[in-house]
Amino acid sequence: MSQKELKVSALENGTVLDHIPAENVYKALEILDLKDIESQITIGINLVSKQHGKKGIIKIADKFFEDDELNKLSLIAPDATVNVIKDFKVVEKKKLEIPREIRGIGRCMNPKCVTNHQPIETRFSTAKKGDEISLLCHFCEKTTDSKGLF
Amino acid sequence: MKKSLISIRDFTKEEILHILETAKEFEQNPVQDFLTGKVIASLFFEPSTRTRLSFETAVNRLGARVIGFSDASNTSQSKGETLKDTIKMVNNYVDMIIMRHPLEGSSRYASEVADVPVVNAGDGANQHPSQTLLDLYSILQTQGTLDGLTINMVGDLKYGRTTHSLLQAMSHFKTKFVFTAPEELKMPKEYKEFLDSKGIEYIETASLEEHLNSCDILYMTRVQQERFTDPIEYERVKDCYSLNAQMLANVKDNMKILHPLPRVNEISQDVDETPYAYYFKQAENGLYVRMAIISYLLGHRPLR
Repeated sequence: MSQKELKVSALENGTVLDHIPAENVYKALEILDLKDIESQITIGINLVSKQHGKKGIIKIADKFFEDDELNKLSLIAPDATVNVIKDFKVVEKKKLEIPREIRGIGRCMNPKCVTNHQPIETRFSTAKKGDEISLLCHFCEKTTDSKGLF
Repeated sequence: MKKSLISIRDFTKEEILHILETAKEFEQNPVQDFLTGKVIASLFFEPSTRTRLSFETAVNRLGARVIGFSDASNTSQSKGETLKDTIKMVNNYVDMIIMRHPLEGSSRYASEVADVPVVNAGDGANQHPSQTLLDLYSILQTQGTLDGLTINMVGDLKYGRTTHSLLQAMSHFKTKFVFTAPEELKMPKEYKEFLDSKGIEYIETASLEEHLNSCDILYMTRVQQERFTDPIEYERVKDCYSLNAQMLANVKDNMKILHPLPRVNEISQDVDETPYAYYFKQAENGLYVRMAIISYLLGHRPLR
């Protein structure tokens, strides 16, 4: 086995999320709601990336996601790549897309927003301005930027 | 399908004009009790006597009855009941809910929980669409048109929701804006970007005198202490503008002064006697506009 393979063991079936900013790996786990699943998860943080300096990687065995679930990650990991693995082979490689609406993740930045005081699922519509993604709260109509979301 | 009024953006230009036309009908004939037998909830989770009396009078004039409260302190909310449960409960009893709440977005949420139409009577610093519609009604009434006017907004343009909603509504018409505000209370960037995207002109100034003589509508606002988190900032700006009768010597003949009221020091008493003062009539107009909103949402004055 080469050095490279030792670092992250190969996956027979499952999903590999690569090029996640190192500091956002935990957030990614949270957004994908992976805390309670049974299958094997391998996490790498602060791995060396040619493009981004330090990156994170998440490998989830025997788990395949809907695009909608994965696209939620675009807020914290816009450059992430998704590799779908079947029988040790990459059968599909995709980039994330910013969803038009996001529900149930993150908080509205407005302290007086009703979602910060009542048990209400947050709901934002997204707009891209340059590199920034801004989120318009469905309820209080205030804008939160994606950095302020968590 | 059920229709609510939460944000002025919920109404199209056509609907806005329809409400104004219907309000005119009610002004000419305010006793029309076609809602006899209906019950309407008036839920004021924070006190607002002026708005509540105006809405409740509108309901009564239309022949419906009102249930509700004027202060949340003696409701189950003070026992920790969620807003959802309160709305679900009231929803069973009534044909419409009018609500005011200190939290922003609360009315939108209520409209999604309720089966009956919800009218937002103010959700924190966010929206107060019936105020906006009565402002439009007053502008139309005094100028004969909504197109091509210059509107000078004065005072707290940062926290003042009335100015934000009026700006959104007037963007349907060819309006020019002047924003008169101290540095601390300037019109927020997102609203200026909104105007830019619609190709609407605006000028910003800190001087009340500068564009006083060229505007058709002078829209004065109070600096609202309750919207400030920093008391020092409030003290610094609270009396930044004060309009008196002498300042009006060279204004346009058709110019009218509007103010959502209550006023404090921003308009001195001697202005009340000038032909430019319109704020008390503006408040009266709220009644006709609210009658129009209630009728329309209950399907009695449909859009043709």
